[in-house]
Amino acid sequence: MTTITADHHGDHAHEHHDADHKPAFFQRWFMSTNHKDIGTLYLIFAIIAGIIGGAISGLMRAELAQPGIQYLQTWAQFSDGPEATLDQAYHLWNVLITAHGLIMVFFMVMPAMIGGFGNWFVPIMIGAPDMAFPRMNNISFWLLIPAFVLLLGSTFVPGGTGNGAGTGWTVYAPLSTSGSAGPAVDMAILSLHIAGASSILGAINFITTILNMRAPGMTLHKMPLFVWSVLVTAFLLLLALPVLAAAITMLLTDRNFGTTFYDAAGGGDPELYQHLFWFFGHPEVYIMILPGFGIISQIVSTFSRKPVFGYLGMAYAMVAIGVVGFVVWAHHMFTTGMSVNVKMYFTAATMVIAVPTGIKIFSWIATIWGGSISYKTPMVWALGFIFLFTVGGVTGVVLANGGVDDVLHDTYYVVAHFHYVLSLGAVFGLFAGFYYWFPKMSGRMYNEFLGHLHFWVFFVGVNMLFFPMHFLGLSGMPRRYPDYPEAFAYWNKVASHGYEIMAAGMLIFFVNLVWSLVAGKKAEGNPWGEGATTLEWTLSSPPPFHQFETLPVID
Amino acid sequence: MNKVKSLVLAGLLAFAPTLAMNGPALAQDNAAVAAPAAGNEAAAADSAGNAAAPAADAAPAAKVAAPPRMKPTPGIGMPMPGEITLQKQFSPTGHTARWLHDVMLVPIITIISIFVLVLMLYVMVRFRRSANPTPSKTSHNTVIEVIWTVVPVVILLAIAVPSIGLLADQYKPAPKDALTVKVTGYQWYWGYEYPDNGIPEFVSNMLPKDKAEANGEPYLLAPDNRLVLPVGRPIKLIITGADVIHSFAVPSLWVKMDAVPGRLNEKSFTIEKPGVYYGQCSELCGARHGFMPIAIEALEPAQFDQWLLSQGGTLKAAAPAATAEAAAPAAAPAAKL
Repeated sequence: MTTITADHHGDHAHEHHDADHKPAFFQRWFMSTNHKDIGTLYLIFAIIAGIIGGAISGLMRAELAQPGIQYLQTWAQFSDGPEATLDQAYHLWNVLITAHGLIMVFFMVMPAMIGGFGNWFVPIMIGAPDMAFPRMNNISFWLLIPAFVLLLGSTFVPGGTGNGAGTGWTVYAPLSTSGSAGPAVDMAILSLHIAGASSILGAINFITTILNMRAPGMTLHKMPLFVWSVLVTAFLLLLALPVLAAAITMLLTDRNFGTTFYDAAGGGDPELYQHLFWFFGHPEVYIMILPGFGIISQIVSTFSRKPVFGYLGMAYAMVAIGVVGFVVWAHHMFTTGMSVNVKMYFTAATMVIAVPTGIKIFSWIATIWGGSISYKTPMVWALGFIFLFTVGGVTGVVLANGGVDDVLHDTYYVVAHFHYVLSLGAVFGLFAGFYYWFPKMSGRMYNEFLGHLHFWVFFVGVNMLFFPMHFLGLSGMPRRYPDYPEAFAYWNKVASHGYEIMAAGMLIFFVNLVWSLVAGKKAEGNPWGEGATTLEWTLSSPPPFHQFETLPVID
Repeated sequence: MNKVKSLVLAGLLAFAPTLAMNGPALAQDNAAVAAPAAGNEAAAADSAGNAAAPAADAAPAAKVAAPPRMKPTPGIGMPMPGEITLQKQFSPTGHTARWLHDVMLVPIITIISIFVLVLMLYVMVRFRRSANPTPSKTSHNTVIEVIWTVVPVVILLAIAVPSIGLLADQYKPAPKDALTVKVTGYQWYWGYEYPDNGIPEFVSNMLPKDKAEANGEPYLLAPDNRLVLPVGRPIKLIITGADVIHSFAVPSLWVKMDAVPGRLNEKSFTIEKPGVYYGQCSELCGARHGFMPIAIEALEPAQFDQWLLSQGGTLKAAAPAATAEAAAPAAAPAAKL
């Protein structure tokens, strides 16, 4: 990475009136081809999906706050009618866990990270006027709407025991084939198809943009790390999503056209689905976290006023994580009855991922080392990210051991692990990026006090919510249970209180968001000072509607 | 179809004492389910919930009385309130695995986390703007980059060696004389069959709350009929699923194996002490996934033989001498550590 001195400032003044010519409202927001507007649409979409997905987890924590079935039967009356049976209430539970998982993965984290921040800042950071395929960018976003509507709609049609798809986000056959009669699962599968197509188009767009549209002098090895992270992520999307599409297409034909890809009675195998799913699913978790890595690198460097330590190591660590991420998938399947040699391989291969991840953690700390830190809100979130991602990462090393996984697989230990790397990793990355770029995107400063308050309340809440899940998992509580034996009551209660604190933190965020948009101080082009060296800080806040009509030259 | 079947099962379970009287008639409809009640006098009188396990069917051959249903010991084979670590282990591979977790993994990950935390706190205080107004421009140091690449590799190798050894121990094929039990997962109950001993499949449903409490057993963990197994003898479970994927899991024996339709998965282990060991289905299998618990009742070999006979089974595979020999190598891994 390099300190960029762009020489386009001179040109900027006379291009100003062209650059700021915006289309009318409908044309601008519904037929948009502008990467910044599409980025904004993605962020708004992700916030809405996040509210829905987060509310669902609130329902789940309410039900789990104490042993017994408290609310499920009442809620089931809304989805299954006034005469909902207990079984339908239990099915509703499965619908909730499925919806929470799918919404948070496909409709919150991915749209926010890649669609939102990727669209907004990849073109600017490489000095490009827009994405390579602006119209394809538009369809990428608008495909998400029908996908989300299909998923939400599936809740109201039959899906087996009750209404809605109750298969878990993994949609394992044969529960998702012979085990779920009715159109709900078909709708959920179609939703994944469309969301997948959206992401594949987006990935093609990012790869083309990054490889072909860098400003003069911006070599691959001078690209900001956020751009590197999106490039690696786009390749993962491009290679992994078609496998998911194939896997769920076979689910559809098994369900509707009498094929038996996943049915042993017809020569198929339920395990085939799991292999295909996790061949997609494991890279998918890196798809969610890699852009977060990129965001954290930018922020840590900016607020320490130091260039990123070990830039090449950081970039190629992400490449390594991406490559190795494709050959570790079956650690999700240690208890399916694979042969012992296969388990040994996947145990060893999985551990390898800890090495590039360690390089990243230590390089971030080394970036701060010797720096001059200002504790602005984005930096505080980034520091939170580094520590909590470490905690989530080390429990991943525990789970990597096939022999240990025999007792931890499908327990709350796994839930704790992936929420530490995603809910406390990816989501902390999202908030860090949101506060970091909010002045740039909106032209207004957020409220620093509320930003810090949001961090501390959220930090306490999520740790109280997810750390006890390690204990529940170790003592044997399985995932995806609406009710549990008395012995698990204590830590579940603590976790549910943690959710309340976390929710209070989110309220602070929304107050801050609204207040800042309405009454925030006007932001300068570069509110962060000399540490902010990437190209977006050379533009006004918000940037002109079209930037870089004269390309910046990087030296 | 499955729904209808399970409704029938639930109904049968609720009226088990009544069924004892007209058991034979119903046994034709669903022999496996009617069996618990039709087993022996004591069991029937006690209601299905209190029978140690059902008779195979209403065969008059069952002259031997089943051993009394074992009471669970609090803290053994079940989770404890407020617990923060793994359940106490009762199998040799369980000890090895728990050693790997408690002695290697937890200390290592704790030290790494604390190390990162301390480094972060140090840089956060030492390099705050007021303490260090002029940042350095250092962005490379090959030596330190090599160190933080190589040291994790060494740590991982140190973990990988015992970890791979543990896997080899856990999935060693069962010895020839191991007791074979076929476990089948259904929506939403378990079926157990003893092919070596001629005991056909009987099913195991969750006990309703009042029955479990009356029995002094934990609700949601206690089924009516337990999987009865001998202590000290290698056991080979052949695990499969009838409809969707389930997972047979007993944390205190370090056992978890998916029950996959169309596949016969094998899991072998040895139980060290008599007792009741609870577990729960561990793969999402539909509405009542959380309500198909597992209980293993481990008996001394003599009592186990008595149980086999009480169920109308034979003692074909129970050669005590061979048992002792076979148990020894299985116990070895724990001794090694």
